[in-house]
Amino acid sequence: MTEFVAPEIDWLALAPLIVVLGAGVVGVLIEAFVPEKVRRTTQIVLALAALAGAFAFIAVLWPQIVVQPVQVVGGSLTLTPFALGAQGIIAVLAFLGVLVVADRTTTGQDAFAPAASAVPGTPYEDLARRSGLEQTEIYPLLLFAVGGMMLFASTDDLIVMFIALEVLSLPLYVLCATARRRRLLSQEAAAKYFLLGAFASALFIFGVALIYGFAGTVRLLEIAQRVQQGLPLEGMSVLLVSGVLLVVVGLLFKVGAVPFHAWTPDVYTGAPTPITGFMAACTKVAAVAALVEVLYRISIGVGGVSPDIMRQLQIVIVVVAILTMVVGTVVGMVQTDVKRLLAYSSIAHAGFLLVGIAGFNAPVQSSTLFYLLAYGLATIGAFAVVTLVRERRITSGTGEDNGPVGEGEGVVLGEATEIAQWAGLGRKAPWLTAAFALFLLSMAGIPLTAGFIAKFGAFTGATTGGLWWLAVLGVLASVVAVAFYVRVLVVMVFQKAPDEPESTGTEAVEAGLSTGSTSEDAVPTSGGAVSAGAAATLTKVRVTSAQRIVVTVVRSRGPAAVAIAVCAIATVILGVFPSPVLGLVEQASKFVP
Amino acid sequence: MFPWLTVLIAWPLVGAAVVGLSALVRSRTGPASAGTGLARPLALLFSLVEVALLVGAFVAFDTGAAAEHQLGAVHPWIPQIGASYAVGVDGVGLLLVALSVLLVPLVLLAAWKEQGRDEVRLRKFVGLVLLLQAFMVAVFAARDVFLFYVLFEAMLIPAYFLIGGFGQGAGRRKAAVKFLMFSLGGGLIMLAAVIALYFLGIGAGIDPSRAFLVDELAAIDLGTTAERLMFVGFFIAFAIKAPMVPVHSWLPDVAGNATPGTSTLLICVLDKVGTFGMLTLCLPLFPEASRWAAPLVIVLAVISVLYGAIMAIMQTDLLRLVGWTSVSHFGFIILGIFTFTPLGTAGSSFMMLNHGLATGALFLVAGFLISRHPEKSQKISDYSGLRSVTPVLAGTFLVAGLATLSLPGLATFVSEIMVLIGAFGGSPAGSAGWAIAAIPGVVLAAIYVLLTYQKIFTGAPAAGLEGLPDLHVRERVVAAPLVAGLLVLGLVPGLALTYVNAPAEQSVALTTVDEPADAATEMGSDK
Repeated sequence: MTEFVAPEIDWLALAPLIVVLGAGVVGVLIEAFVPEKVRRTTQIVLALAALAGAFAFIAVLWPQIVVQPVQVVGGSLTLTPFALGAQGIIAVLAFLGVLVVADRTTTGQDAFAPAASAVPGTPYEDLARRSGLEQTEIYPLLLFAVGGMMLFASTDDLIVMFIALEVLSLPLYVLCATARRRRLLSQEAAAKYFLLGAFASALFIFGVALIYGFAGTVRLLEIAQRVQQGLPLEGMSVLLVSGVLLVVVGLLFKVGAVPFHAWTPDVYTGAPTPITGFMAACTKVAAVAALVEVLYRISIGVGGVSPDIMRQLQIVIVVVAILTMVVGTVVGMVQTDVKRLLAYSSIAHAGFLLVGIAGFNAPVQSSTLFYLLAYGLATIGAFAVVTLVRERRITSGTGEDNGPVGEGEGVVLGEATEIAQWAGLGRKAPWLTAAFALFLLSMAGIPLTAGFIAKFGAFTGATTGGLWWLAVLGVLASVVAVAFYVRVLVVMVFQKAPDEPESTGTEAVEAGLSTGSTSEDAVPTSGGAVSAGAAATLTKVRVTSAQRIVVTVVRSRGPAAVAIAVCAIATVILGVFPSPVLGLVEQASKFVP
Repeated sequence: MFPWLTVLIAWPLVGAAVVGLSALVRSRTGPASAGTGLARPLALLFSLVEVALLVGAFVAFDTGAAAEHQLGAVHPWIPQIGASYAVGVDGVGLLLVALSVLLVPLVLLAAWKEQGRDEVRLRKFVGLVLLLQAFMVAVFAARDVFLFYVLFEAMLIPAYFLIGGFGQGAGRRKAAVKFLMFSLGGGLIMLAAVIALYFLGIGAGIDPSRAFLVDELAAIDLGTTAERLMFVGFFIAFAIKAPMVPVHSWLPDVAGNATPGTSTLLICVLDKVGTFGMLTLCLPLFPEASRWAAPLVIVLAVISVLYGAIMAIMQTDLLRLVGWTSVSHFGFIILGIFTFTPLGTAGSSFMMLNHGLATGALFLVAGFLISRHPEKSQKISDYSGLRSVTPVLAGTFLVAGLATLSLPGLATFVSEIMVLIGAFGGSPAGSAGWAIAAIPGVVLAAIYVLLTYQKIFTGAPAAGLEGLPDLHVRERVVAAPLVAGLLVLGLVPGLALTYVNAPAEQSVALTTVDEPADAATEMGSDK
């Protein structure tokens, strides 16, 4: 009988994960034991403290990891500078995401259903709403997801990676179903995400099995060694190739790359908007980081490069990158819903990221991290803005004239996500619009925003890898992408809201000339069920019925405003003075297996 | 040495920030939107101080070494990707900086009444103008390709909001989007070339942390194919900006829909970045490719000259007409640059300044005219007989128009004749022939200017226009410096030529010294 040897565990290296996952567990206990009155506050404080704590540990670990990466518990957790960098970005973005989630705005309601398990439209749901129930489970769920993401990005073991994938996905499936409004849409989104996600997980684990069949191990490093030593099973390399491809497919699903993107628009639209922002930003970081780990370790991990494997993987990534950019930008052009538009933007960004990754060289890792940070900040900020632009129903008789609406009049409903409804936002909320415009410009990659430096890095990455023509394609796709961001800008800044009083001077002349275009400025009279195409016919309805819907901007109670401000300032600073952050992420590209 | 350029760049930025923050000062009386009326005087004050700073820069500039880049500074900016903050101007750059500094107070004054009493709009307008000014000064001063590119793209954003947010035409949103898409499209093609330049520069042994400095990049040999490809990338971006046929079509739309003040800044200053970029980036960085492309460029430039003039004659909208005349003039400027003669290049540089003054005057005076019309009509046919009603306006319009058609005695004549003579002796094959082909452009200019003047100002006054007021003091203050500048530079062109001659000779030398072998074989084949 062999003696049990207690493993040596570097607890400090595990600390960020332990803090986040531990806080998740404590959060569950809080649900059970802390009185309702203070429960929500406790959860928020705990979640924010856990994420800040995790980030602090990451900062402490950084100097050490940059010099010497560590493996904990036999590689189950492998902290390279790249992995730790990804963890840090996830922690920062999750912190901002939680701030948005926590904001109840001046309406006093957050974005979540009082009882997510209630069947929509039932008396039970009604009861739950009237008795003011709150679901504070979202905070521990968020923490579990964050823990999964952080582990996902930093393991050398495919089985652990699979577990992390589930740990991050399952809470997200649940969170998607918790929207306060448009409940059916939200639940449909969750079901879709779950089914497709489960499918992707199955492909992933099947791939792992095939790889194990080839290499006899699930450790990436050892797989790479096997590959390099030559094929132990002559003629069985098909196992390896199809195995790796299946694993990559599972990861590309999470990244949201075409052709595995179909879930993205529906899920991003249906999920509660703060969750969408969190998911779009943090999941992308984790998934892209994991993808880079898998691809790069197998292909260029061990000392030299295995050109054969690298070339085969490169072809796949290049094709996917092109498809993703094209579909993301072209389909994004015709979207009429802000959330869907941002979803396609997120797909397009997956494409740009893959352009860099397809370069298959170590410096790409640092530019990828920078890209993820820039993209994440803009995404969380943009979705945070979406949470504040709402519909307001006015039922009183005063609704008959189209005069300006007083503050606090009528009932604030859900988000006004039709792009047409955002007309005139620039006047109602200039600062919010400026922030949103900044996020869009950053996503479009306009210089002096973080997005430009990020794109520059991705394209230089591809060029370094010899794929200059892919970089040129990326540049062309950027032009198309700009077009669809600009569309939103035009509506927000230049178009007038239908309930807005006319101004003086040249503006009045212009308004007189443009009577023909009022239909496009019309606001649908009911929620998201109304398509933009129907908007024109609804102008009359608005005037004749006693109810009318106007678009209003609710004020944040603080957290979301802070998140938006932080995202906006960071976007500008990373665009104008990126060198400190670039210097940090540059250390992450030292590839050490 | 005092970093004049950095101060000239930073000051308008401070101005824009102060104007933005003036929103915090609430008006004690009246509605919130009426505001305090602070924005306009503040912006004017900042732009006038900027003029004073410009005078300082001129004093500090050593005209004896006008070909060298002076007044600048070099600091590492993003060492990880090799970008530096490097600024400096030669004589040409200084003149264009001067143009962007001088036109802004005039535009602000001209637009004094334009935005009504809506303080929020007004604040946005003047803030954007100051922001644009900072970008324009910076782009003419940039000596780092990355910095130049960043500014080249970033200045589109304030310009976009100025066109789309403040124009008078119903189509201004479309015009703004068209402008942005054209410019960004060109800019992103240039981005691909910028990235390629970075790699080639590092490959040639440039220190990766200073890989974008123009002076360093100009010294390396890129290889024929790469150089030509990159030239095309840069040139398309500049041709769109300039604008040159066939990528000019955004310009008339913008001119017809933006406010005259915006058009002045955009077409008279911002678009010079296109021709300035050809002169200071394409020629030094890609000398061989510039010669290679010159025959085609010259043809397109001459087509621009003629096509722009013909289209101008056919316009019914006054502002669009002025827009088309610019297409014609930019053709002349590009023609001069690509003749590779000191005279032609100097003429082009001089013309960049003169076009700014002449077309600026024309846009602003046309704006004054339109603001007087009861319906703010831009249609030429809605006006007639105004010479007797508004004699000063008519006179100013005539001088600006005559400058546009290059009447001898005005500055534009000097520069245009320099370009044409330069083109006769130009080195690209057939450039003398193309110079002759461009001459009808001068005649066509006379037609579009004089016909327009005749339609608007002669004959009997149109109904409803009899009582129009003449130019008042504010408007005269706007027009006077422009007219005076055109006259003075026309009579004493040496004032400006001392700044442009030396850089012109140097840039011509750059494009010829580079390939003695080719020149020798050409001479050999002649025998």
